[in-house]
Amino acid sequence: MFARLLALALVVVCGPANADAGGDAARGETLFQECKSCHQVGQGAVNRIGPHLNNIFDRSAGASEGFRYSRGFERAASGGLFWTYETLNNFIENPRALVSNTRMSFRGFSDPQDRDDVLAYLRQFSASPSNIPESAPTAAAVDHAVAPEILAIVGDPAYGEYLSGECTSCHQISGVGAGIPSITHWPTDDFVTAMHAYKVGVRAHPVMQMMAGRLSDEEIAALAAYFETIN
Amino acid sequence: MTYNRRAFLGTAAATASLLAAPMVRAQTKPRVVVVGGGAGGATAARYIAKDSGGAIDVTLVEPTRTYYTCFFSNLYLGGFREMQSLGHSYGTLAAQFGVNVVHDWAVAVDRDAKTVALAGGGSLPYDRLILSPGIDFVDGAVPGWDISAQNAMPHAYKAGSQTELLKAQIMAMPQGGTFAMVAPPNPYRCPPGPYERISMVAHLLKQNNPTAKILIADPKESFSKQGLFEEGWNDNYAGMIERIGPDFGGANVAVDPAAMTLSIDGDVMDVDVCNVIPAMKAGRIAELAGITDGNWAPVNAADMSSTMDDSIHVLGDAAAQGDMPKSGFSANSQAKVCANAVRGALTGSTVFPARFANTCWSLIDTDNGVKVGATYEATPEKIAKVDGFVSQTGESDDVRAATYQESIGWYDGIVADMFG
Repeated sequence: MFARLLALALVVVCGPANADAGGDAARGETLFQECKSCHQVGQGAVNRIGPHLNNIFDRSAGASEGFRYSRGFERAASGGLFWTYETLNNFIENPRALVSNTRMSFRGFSDPQDRDDVLAYLRQFSASPSNIPESAPTAAAVDHAVAPEILAIVGDPAYGEYLSGECTSCHQISGVGAGIPSITHWPTDDFVTAMHAYKVGVRAHPVMQMMAGRLSDEEIAALAAYFETIN
Repeated sequence: MTYNRRAFLGTAAATASLLAAPMVRAQTKPRVVVVGGGAGGATAARYIAKDSGGAIDVTLVEPTRTYYTCFFSNLYLGGFREMQSLGHSYGTLAAQFGVNVVHDWAVAVDRDAKTVALAGGGSLPYDRLILSPGIDFVDGAVPGWDISAQNAMPHAYKAGSQTELLKAQIMAMPQGGTFAMVAPPNPYRCPPGPYERISMVAHLLKQNNPTAKILIADPKESFSKQGLFEEGWNDNYAGMIERIGPDFGGANVAVDPAAMTLSIDGDVMDVDVCNVIPAMKAGRIAELAGITDGNWAPVNAADMSSTMDDSIHVLGDAAAQGDMPKSGFSANSQAKVCANAVRGALTGSTVFPARFANTCWSLIDTDNGVKVGATYEATPEKIAKVDGFVSQTGESDDVRAATYQESIGWYDGIVADMFG
């Protein structure tokens, strides 16, 4: 609590937060499209595949309440990783270089200007509640609308475990991933939505379209249930 | 007899667990022996051990302590991977999953007694035997070549020292020299493999020996991802690669390893490196077990069991299963179906319907990856293709780079799935 007050005070003293980063927040918002399939930010943002990013600046890593972090992140957090402009900049340049075995499958922004701009955008949602725009959260798994009755199917994790053999030829069960994304610990709605998006061709990847193409609604629910609960 | 014995064992196991008598229980656990620790065998051993939670004794017989994956070994030739990065040990399978790993050769199978004889003299009893021995070469397939010539003319189709030898020979070629490949007839391990290898050799020579020539003698009219490879060769290695197909004598070859010559349709030429990839057959233990028909071991698609012995399952390259290509991905996919069925047969666990998939990535040049894949299902006759895709010619650099990155992720994924 004290830390939050302090952070707030610092912002007031320093003026507009995005001036710190020096980046172009509008351009950063466009770049943030790449992050939106996993991360929400803004009013009402919640943890989904990745943690929400409100108040990410000036707090410990791995501290978003209620989010199941990878062991790699837990280690980094207990090792004292603290999010500042510099550490976030390092992280989004190459996530796995800073936090080995993170489930974050993003390769990173190699261009320093891109990182500046994204951080300028994110900076608006940290430590200064008055700066949070009155808008809907950015990411709500909106790439494909799945019928509520499909989302309501409760999957059988035992069947999902068997079916997962088709996934684990590429996706690592440990949640580590580079080149092939991590698919563990996703909220089931996000998992189901993504798989149906491949199934109907809204998402473009040919291997995933093929794999999802022959999965029934129940099988997708089973996989979602298994990968959500796996340790 | 078999049925009675198994029924008796089942009863004894149930009694033993009630009484918690460790000696009896140890003797009554069902036993699975897996021969071959590659993509099929290692995966099957791991999944049976992992999913049975110790209810099945799993023994894996594999001669080498460090297994070098055939997949990605072409990238070693091209300079994109270190050989060390392709080597994997069986330590996790033993320590974390309780697989009894025996480093020995399986030399005979007594199907009546249900035992596997080891070169070191031991004998392993089994309730189910899983053979995943990979490939051997058909004797006399390339006149003038036999396995004793593999140092002069490497096949490099089992990864490790052969791959290192081939690379050393390429690096020692005289400027402007000739690298020749004798490509295999269908069916063989890794359909795009010889042509990815040509790409990687070209990549290596382009840097070190740009006037060198690459010659392929090929008995096949066409080959996997042909349009993609030919486009890539034209774009990146123009004028370097010549392929002689069967119309021009590519099926009529002979070699002389002592003289380092290759004869194509009677024309004898000097070559500096000759990579002979002969016609293939199932690994020898399949033949010794008496479950082969011709060069391969026919299997039932539903559980990968031999059509000649329902206590034996055959995985991967050695199996004649239908439409799947012989690949590490296929073997890994088949192993999971087999593991589920074997577990069900031995412990009564739920057996889910078989489903198979395969994807093969190939690297043409730096950040230029392509892929082909398909899904499959079990029919009464065979493993039958359901749906498939292949990379397109003319794809953007970004797509090709992403495909290559994806292949690296796949490699990490599949070896984690095999070795834990």
